[in-house]
Amino acid sequence: MEMPSPSAAILSRKPAIVARLRRVLPADSVIDDSTETRAYECDALSAYRCPPLAAILPRSTAEVAAALRVCHEEGVPVVPRGAGTSLAGGALPTADCVILGLARMTAVLEVDYADRVIRVEAGRTNLSVTAAVEGDGFFYAPDPSSQLACAIGGNIAMNSGGAHCLKYGVTTNNLLGVTMVMMDGTVIEIGGAHADAAGLDLLGVICGSEGQLGVVTEATLRILPRPEGARPVLIAFGSSEVAGACVADIIKAGVLPVAIEFMDRPCIRATEDFAHAGYPDCEALLIIEVEGSGAEIDEQIGLIRQIAGRHDPAVFRESGSEEEARKIWLGRKAAFGAMGQIADYMCLDGTIPVSSLPFVLRRIGEMSRDFGLGVANVFHAGDGNMHPLILYDANKPGDLERCEAFGAEILKLCVAVGGCLTGEHGVGIEKRDLMGVQYSDADMEAQMRVKDVFDPKWLLNPAKVFPLALSAERRAG
Amino acid sequence: MRVASEEELAEAIRSAAGPLRIRGGGTRPVGRPLAGEVLDLSGMAGIRLYEPGALTLVAGAGTPLAEVEAVLAAEAQRLAFEPADWRGLLGTEGGSTLGGIVAANVSGPRRVQAGACRDALLGVRFVDGTGALVKNGGRVMKNVTGYDLVKLMAGSWGTLGVMSEVALRLLPAPAAVAVLCLGVEGAAAAGAAMTAALGSPHDVTGAAWLPGQGGLIRVEGLAQSVTYRAGRLGSLLAGHGPLQVERDPEACAAIWRRVAEVAPFHGRAGDVWRISARPSVAPAIVAALGGEVMLDWGGGLIWALLPEGSDARARIAPFQPEPPALAALSAGIRARFDPRGILNPGLMG
Repeated sequence: MEMPSPSAAILSRKPAIVARLRRVLPADSVIDDSTETRAYECDALSAYRCPPLAAILPRSTAEVAAALRVCHEEGVPVVPRGAGTSLAGGALPTADCVILGLARMTAVLEVDYADRVIRVEAGRTNLSVTAAVEGDGFFYAPDPSSQLACAIGGNIAMNSGGAHCLKYGVTTNNLLGVTMVMMDGTVIEIGGAHADAAGLDLLGVICGSEGQLGVVTEATLRILPRPEGARPVLIAFGSSEVAGACVADIIKAGVLPVAIEFMDRPCIRATEDFAHAGYPDCEALLIIEVEGSGAEIDEQIGLIRQIAGRHDPAVFRESGSEEEARKIWLGRKAAFGAMGQIADYMCLDGTIPVSSLPFVLRRIGEMSRDFGLGVANVFHAGDGNMHPLILYDANKPGDLERCEAFGAEILKLCVAVGGCLTGEHGVGIEKRDLMGVQYSDADMEAQMRVKDVFDPKWLLNPAKVFPLALSAERRAG
Repeated sequence: MRVASEEELAEAIRSAAGPLRIRGGGTRPVGRPLAGEVLDLSGMAGIRLYEPGALTLVAGAGTPLAEVEAVLAAEAQRLAFEPADWRGLLGTEGGSTLGGIVAANVSGPRRVQAGACRDALLGVRFVDGTGALVKNGGRVMKNVTGYDLVKLMAGSWGTLGVMSEVALRLLPAPAAVAVLCLGVEGAAAAGAAMTAALGSPHDVTGAAWLPGQGGLIRVEGLAQSVTYRAGRLGSLLAGHGPLQVERDPEACAAIWRRVAEVAPFHGRAGDVWRISARPSVAPAIVAALGGEVMLDWGGGLIWALLPEGSDARARIAPFQPEPPALAALSAGIRARFDPRGILNPGLMG
């Protein structure tokens, strides 16, 4: 993966830049020792690493603003970092950049149950937002699988999703307002605890802009009353096509489950060996979760049973207790860890129209044979967000490259059937050079114009999202 | 000038000598009055793709809303954001178009539960002020590929580009509905009742208050579930006032059409204000406003009928003025998407 070569001028001015940062931040907030900056050399896309020039860990919006003002004046690129869980390299540094970490901004600033909102600092982890309100019967809906570790600021940067977005939407549908510091240190407030903000929907374009428009320091989030209960069912099928058809029929019938998860045979077998969840050995299985009171759940599951029955399922397993529900989810939740036990893997994130599911699964199988690499499929079937895991051996020369080439072909297939390159992980560096598959130069020009307005010097996370050749002139300033 | 294809649309914008007034159905003359040649999008019509099993619709921006709603109803699906008809309020005729709904980000009472039009918008194709054709988003509900210009286009009132095609997420129409009609007087008491309902786990899909008619709480879904939730909400709201429950689907639909259309203010003299507020401060705003008000979105949307200002229309910015830093960003985006300033110039203030 190509990254721009670091600016020699910035590298040579490191002592002066660090000294200026130290003047506006507390001593323990500036990290420039090369043994310590290593901690920030990568995110969860750990195949790519590069220690930054320095890392800063501000404690307030005012400190973020002061530090950005310094970097702006010095012309130093800044890479914002939430918890560093990006799978797309969104927080990957360059040698001439300052990493701006949000780890010390974790406070809950306000909870208001009457307006159903919470305001938090952007370094707070996703799960701890829910933790702050669950005692009172509320929760924050977006639930990326890294939710124990990932930060709200990163969720906003990547517009993170999760398993339950079929019903509750993704981050952008649950974000009401932000406090954001622009690259020149200007602090702006957008949106808030009210529904419609005036003017253009700037909040909508900030969410998902991968830290390229500003550094979000505080967020107002919608919280929801927790449903009375939830219950999963597990349905096994003899083919992926039939499982896909069953998903479409359930959605068409007017049941809106909170989650519909899909696993194929390679994934089922690997997770069984690892987690022993008691899954049936079948070609494809669905885990469908519905919510409500006991009677409401019964009504929805009755309908799902009726629809599934028309597709001749091998197994229809309804959980009758907390323990059974836990076991149904156990294998799905362990899937990634299980695959990691049998091989190195690359996790893809394309989305396809649900109607293309059978065709795409068949093509992935064919390509798997052509490339000579195994694939396991586990994904959010209700919304078409696929996570094929390509298995490879990192110690085998050429395997990673073959795996990346295979991955690119799968993503191109997703676009060809009317889907997209990334459903919830973001572009980062990982899909940067594939952007041209989905978007024309004019499409990307329109997006880059937005960055021109927010960050005219292109200092914020500059080498991400857009193909380097396309953004070269702008990055050169 | 009427265009019927993206090529014609791009050419019309490229060759425009002056400002253009972009027109879908012409049912929402909101914002500053415009000068310039009319660019009529009604020729950009037609449903291009409808997949009920994927809850997705793609259609030309000029497609009549009525046509879309009829096609969806045949499959028991709908636009969950409940686009409101303001013809009665604004004294206009004709029919809304899908592109116009998106450009104005029109969202009705169900917004409290299902989100706004922008939340259902999956993808757009538009021609910007330079004549360049741009697409963004797509037709799948999870898509974080590049910047989300889809949201930026929703509610931009044609000032950043002229949409040619939109893709929308749909939801199943519910099998059953119930409306709890609560005899509650005054905005403060109504606000308290609506907050209690929306803070419950009973998935309320509408919470409004009309003076004279009282509080209105809606639940939708499978039949037994609606019965159960209406019962629970009835107990929850028992202390707030006398309660009646409407279960007839036609009657329920009529009640919420009145809310969405702001029917109590139709044909009345005065100025209508539409105020987006934090629900908990709505009662204070209502008290300060005087005049006649109705509440939607659990108090988050205030409609107020105030005496007509002598020259208020000329003096008051039709869109809430933004703080300077935000106004600079908006102006910067407009300057880049529409460098000649020909797309509905000045409409948003």
